[in-house]
Amino acid sequence: MTEAADLRSRAEDLAGPLPPLLAAADHLASTVLLGDHGRRRSGMGDEFWQYRQAMPGDEARMIDWRRSGRSDVHFVREKEWQAAQSVLLWIDRAQSMAFASSPKLTTKSDRARLLALALSSLLIRGGERVGLTSLDFPPRSGELQLLRLAEILADDATGDDYGTPEVRGVLPHSRAVFVSDFLGDVSAVEAAITKATDRGVSGAILQILDPQEEAFPFDGRTIFESMGRSLSHETLKAGDLRGRYLERLAERKDRLSRLARATGWQYDCHHTDRPASGALLWLYRSLERVQH
Amino acid sequence: MWTIGPIGFTAPWLLVALAALPILWLLLRAVPPAPVRRRFPGVALLLGLQDRENETDKTPWWLLLLRALAIAAAIVGFAGPILNPKPERAGTGPLLVLLDGTWADARDWQIRMTRTEALLDEASRAGRTAAVALLNDIPVGEVPFQAADAWAQRLTSITPDPWSPDPESVTAWAQGLGGAFDTFWMSDGLDYPWRPALLSALEARGGVTVFETPRPVLALRPPVFRDGLVAVTAIRSRSGEAAEYTVNGHGLDPAGIPRVLAAGTVAFAPGQSEAVLELSLPPELRNRIQRFEIAGIRSAGAVSLADDALRRREVALISGADAREGLVLLSPTHYLEQALEPTADIIRGTLSDVLLANPDVIVLADVATLAQGETEVVLEWVRNGGLLLRFAGPRLAASDVSRTAEDPLMPVRLRAGGRSVGGAMSWGEPKALRPFAETSPFFGLPVPSDVTVSAQVMAQPDPTLAERVIASLADGTPLVTRKREGQGQIVLFHVTANAEWSSLPLSGLFVQMLDRLAVSSRTEARTAEDLAGTTWVPDEVLDAFGRVSDAAVLPGIPGEVLAGASVGPDLPPGLYAGEDRRLALNVTEAGTTLEPAVWPARIAVEGFTVEEETLLKGTLLSAALGLLLIDILASLWLSGRLTGPRGAATAMVALALLLPQPAPAQEAEDIFAIEATSEVVLAHVITGDRRLDDMVHAGLRGLSQTLYQRTSIEPAEPIAVDLEMDELSFFPFLYWPVTPDQPLPSDEAYAKLNRYLRTGGMILFDTRDADVAQFGGSSPNGRKLQQLAAPLDIPPLEPVPSDHVLTRTFYLIQDFPGRHASRDVWVEAAPPDAELVDGMPFRNLNDNVTPVVIGGNDWAAAWAVDERGARMFPVGRGFAGERQREIALRFGVNLVMHVLTGNYKSDQVHVPALLDRLGQ
Repeated sequence: MTEAADLRSRAEDLAGPLPPLLAAADHLASTVLLGDHGRRRSGMGDEFWQYRQAMPGDEARMIDWRRSGRSDVHFVREKEWQAAQSVLLWIDRAQSMAFASSPKLTTKSDRARLLALALSSLLIRGGERVGLTSLDFPPRSGELQLLRLAEILADDATGDDYGTPEVRGVLPHSRAVFVSDFLGDVSAVEAAITKATDRGVSGAILQILDPQEEAFPFDGRTIFESMGRSLSHETLKAGDLRGRYLERLAERKDRLSRLARATGWQYDCHHTDRPASGALLWLYRSLERVQH
Repeated sequence: MWTIGPIGFTAPWLLVALAALPILWLLLRAVPPAPVRRRFPGVALLLGLQDRENETDKTPWWLLLLRALAIAAAIVGFAGPILNPKPERAGTGPLLVLLDGTWADARDWQIRMTRTEALLDEASRAGRTAAVALLNDIPVGEVPFQAADAWAQRLTSITPDPWSPDPESVTAWAQGLGGAFDTFWMSDGLDYPWRPALLSALEARGGVTVFETPRPVLALRPPVFRDGLVAVTAIRSRSGEAAEYTVNGHGLDPAGIPRVLAAGTVAFAPGQSEAVLELSLPPELRNRIQRFEIAGIRSAGAVSLADDALRRREVALISGADAREGLVLLSPTHYLEQALEPTADIIRGTLSDVLLANPDVIVLADVATLAQGETEVVLEWVRNGGLLLRFAGPRLAASDVSRTAEDPLMPVRLRAGGRSVGGAMSWGEPKALRPFAETSPFFGLPVPSDVTVSAQVMAQPDPTLAERVIASLADGTPLVTRKREGQGQIVLFHVTANAEWSSLPLSGLFVQMLDRLAVSSRTEARTAEDLAGTTWVPDEVLDAFGRVSDAAVLPGIPGEVLAGASVGPDLPPGLYAGEDRRLALNVTEAGTTLEPAVWPARIAVEGFTVEEETLLKGTLLSAALGLLLIDILASLWLSGRLTGPRGAATAMVALALLLPQPAPAQEAEDIFAIEATSEVVLAHVITGDRRLDDMVHAGLRGLSQTLYQRTSIEPAEPIAVDLEMDELSFFPFLYWPVTPDQPLPSDEAYAKLNRYLRTGGMILFDTRDADVAQFGGSSPNGRKLQQLAAPLDIPPLEPVPSDHVLTRTFYLIQDFPGRHASRDVWVEAAPPDAELVDGMPFRNLNDNVTPVVIGGNDWAAAWAVDERGARMFPVGRGFAGERQREIALRFGVNLVMHVLTGNYKSDQVHVPALLDRLGQ
C-alpha cells in the first residue's frame, strides 16, 4: 500500500503542472453517459451552447421566447452536448519492461506506470473515466478509481517475457493508450490495435525504450538473454551485430508508426533517460486531438 | 650451477619446460575467450542474426605471444637465474695477500680491504691458511701463515703509509722467501724498480694473481709561484682519456675558520699525464692557503702542502731622504729591491702608511730617527711579530740614535762615528766575514771570501752584546745584531744596504741571509747548502689518506737531511718548522711523474670490483605476473568487457591516472595585481571599521562614476587595500579615512607607504571631523592622524593656496567641501622661492604631485552612492546642500586629475609666454 501511495504521489507531482486534460470526444455513443464535458456541438446538456433561428420542424417548446421577444424571428436555445469519455490504458507489465541498463535510470516499467498514472490523474481531474483494457477493471471516474489504479499498477511484473496487448475490456468508441516497449511479437500488437480500431477506438501507442536498447553498445563474444531467459542469442562479435540490430529496431518502430497512421492512432517513442514530462505532454496532446 | 654468459642458473633442468611452449601455443590457440552473459530485452530483435566472420573464436597471435612470454618468464624465473655468479677460485695450500700499502693505495683502501676480506673468506672456506703482508711493513722472517679467519679480524688495523716501500728491504725480503704458497698481490698501480724481482720471487713460490684498479693514480706536485700566478700541477699514472678534477686550496679565513679559499679545475687532455691549474690569487688570500687538495680523493698524493714558497712576504722598504736622485745603483734600497723583488711583495710609502698594511717586514735603510708616535706604533708592531730590519748608513752613523741609551728600535747601542777600514785614508785591509756561529740563524751558510766590509757602524760593548751578534767580521766586530722584542725581532746590519760600505749586497750570501731571516722566501728547491746547520721540527704530518694531523713529539730533522730527501718512515710528509720558516715536505716533488705498473702477460690482473650476485628470480617472476595482468586487460578488451558499458568508466579511471593534475590556481596576488592594473582604480585603506570601510568604498564608487561621466578618466570598481598585505604601487591614489582606533601599520607597511609616497603616489587623509574640530591635534581623529603620519615621509605642508594647481586641474574651484565645509585642507607647501611673475596669473609652484592632502571634510560621505546610484548620505540642506555635494564631487574630480596629470595645468601659465615667442 505504501508503494501504491508513493507511486501516486510521484504521479501527482508529475501531473501537477499540466492543465486539466480535456479529452476530445469525436464520437458520442449511446453508451456514453452525460458528463460535464461539452462536445462542442449542440445536444443534451446543461450548458448553453448557442441560439439559432427556429427552423420548420422545431417543436414550439424548444423556442426561447425571451430571446425571440427581442427580435422578429424565433430563436431556439441550444445546449451543449456533454459527455464523459472513457480512456482505457494498457500498461505492459512483462519482464522485459523491468530492464534498466544503469542503476541511475529507472526501469521501463517504472516509467510506464508513472506516465499511466499521471495521465489517469489528469483525466480523472478532468472528469473523464479511466480504466484498464483488461476486463477486470472497467472505466470509472473519481479519486477512488485513481487509488485503485495505483494499487493495481504497483503490482509487479507478470511472468511473461514480452507482453501482448489486451483489448477485451475496450469499450467501443472509447479512447485507448498502449504503453509498452513493443519488442515482443509485433503481429499480436497489430491484431490488438486493429481489433480496437474496428470497435471505433482510437488512441496512442507509446513505446518506451532504454537508451542501451537504442544504442547497442556491445562488443565481443556475448550471450544475450531475455529478462525471463526464455530467449537467448549467442554471438562471437557483438559489435558486428550492431548495425543489423539497429536496422531491425528502426524497422520495428516504422511498423508501429505505419500501423498508427493506418488506424488513426498516435505513435511515439520515449526513452527512459529523457524526462517523463515530455512523454506525458505528448500523451496529453494526442488524447486532446480531435479526429473527425 | 650452469652459466650462459653472465647469467647462471641454480635449477637449469627447469629450462627444459621451455620446450613445452609450442604445445601451449597450440592449446591456447584452440580456446576462444569465454563469452559474456548479458540480459538484454532487445534480444528478440537479434534472433536469427548470424555472425558474418568468426575469426575471433581463436585467440589473436599477440595475446598468445603475451601469454607465452609470461609463461617463459615464469619458467626461466623458477630456474633460478643469477646475474654475475661468483666464480669459485681453485687452489690449495697457503695463500699470501700482499699489499703495497702506499699512499697510492689510500684512495681505494676500503675496496682493497673488502677484496682482501673476500679473498680471506674464500680461503677460510677452502680451509687454506693465509697471510696478509704490507710491503711498507714487511714481516720479519717467514711469512706468518695463519688461519684465514684470524687475519680477517686483523684487517681493520692495517693502514697504508704515505711513502713508498724501501727498495732494498723489499728486495732482501724477496730473496729470503721460502716455502710454497699462492700470492694475491694488491698493487697500488704504480711502477717501482723492485717489482720484477719481487714478482719472479713470488712466482717461484706459487701462482700469482695481481689485483689492480684501472683508475689512474692522481697526485699533486708542490704548488709553485710563477709570474704572479700559483701553479698547481696534477699528474696521473695513466694518460688515458680527458678528465677533469677540482683542486681546492684550503686555509684559514680571517676569522680563523678552515675553509676552501680557492678552487679551480685541472683538465687532463687526452693522452696527457700532466695538467696545470694556474690560480691568480690576491696576496692576502694566497698567504692564507695551507694546502691544495684534489677534491674527493683521499690520498696523501692528492694533497700538497704549501709552505713559505707560496707565501709572499710583504716587505715595506723605507729609506732616508734620497738626495742623489737618479743614481740608481747608489740608492740605499736598490740591492734590497733586487734581492726581494722575485720572492716578496714590496710596499713603498711612508711609515704610517705601510703600517696600515701590516707588513711582515719593515726595512729601514739608513733611517736614523723616527717620530715619537711612529716609534711606539712600530714597536707595537714588532711585539706582535713583525721583523724590523735596519741598515746602517751615513745618516745613522752621524745621528745620536742609540748612543747613550739603547734605542727601543735598535738591537744594540752604537758608538759615535763608526769606522772605516781599508780606505784611502785608513790603515788595514777591508775586513772579511767570520764563519757563522752555531747559534746564528746563518749557521751553515758558506762565507764567500770576496765579501769584504770597508766601513761600518760600531756596536757599543754591552753585557748583552755577545748574544745579540749573529754575524761578525773576522776581527770580531759585530756585523749583524739582533734583538728579540715580544714575538718579533729587530735586526741591524751594521753596513749599508747598498755597496757603498761593503760588497755584501753584491754577493749571493746577502740573499741567503735575507732568506734565513725570513725576509724573503725562495721558490726554488732548497739545497743542502741552504739548509745546512738548521734543525727542522715536524709541525704537521700527513697520513696516507691525506689527513693533516699534529706532529706531536716527532724528533727534529737536520736541514741537510731535509733538503732533497724523499719521504720515508723517518721523514714523514708534512710541514716542518725551522726558526722562522716553514718547509713543506710533500709526497711528490717538483719532478715527480707517475708511471703505471706494467705486468708481464703471464700474470692475471683482476680488478677490485666484485660484481654483486644479482638474483633475477624475483624480477622475472614479477615480469611474468605483470604480463599476466596485461593479459587480463587484453582479454577483457577482446571480449568487449572494456569497451561495453563499463568502458567509459574504465577510460575515465585511466584518464584520471594518466592526466597530470590541473595546474594550481593562480595566486591571489596575481589576481589582485591584474585587477588593480588592468584599469585605473581608486583605492582606499582598510581601517578595520566595517561600516566606515563600506562607506568609503561607496564614496569612491560615487567619485568613480562621476569621473566616468564627466571626464576621460574611466575608473573601475574601487579596491580596498590592506596596507600589510597588498602592493601599493598599482594605485595612483589612496583614500585613508582616520579613525581613533585603527591599528598602526607595521614597519614594513610604513616602508611600503614611504616608497609609495616618494615614487609619486598620493594619500588623501580624511579625519572626517571638520564639523567639530579645527585642523590639528584637537580631536581624537587628529591625534590619531599625527600618530599615523609620524613615520611617513611627508614634506612641509600649508593650507591649499588660492593658486594651487588643485584649484584648476578640471574645475575652477576655491573651496574643497565634503560633507563638512571646512577650509582646512593642507597640501605640500610651495617652495619658499616661488614668486608671482608679472603678467602670470599663478606662481610657478611645485613641479610634482603633492604626496598628501590632509583634511577633515568627510569627502567620501558626500561622494557615496549605493549600488543603484542613489546618494547615501545627506549633505547640508536643500539646494545649498546639493550645491555643496556638487562642489565636493568637483574637488574629487580635480584631485584625481591632479594625481593623474601632475602639474599639467600648472604649466598652462607658460602659455602666454609661449604664444608670445611664436610671434602671435
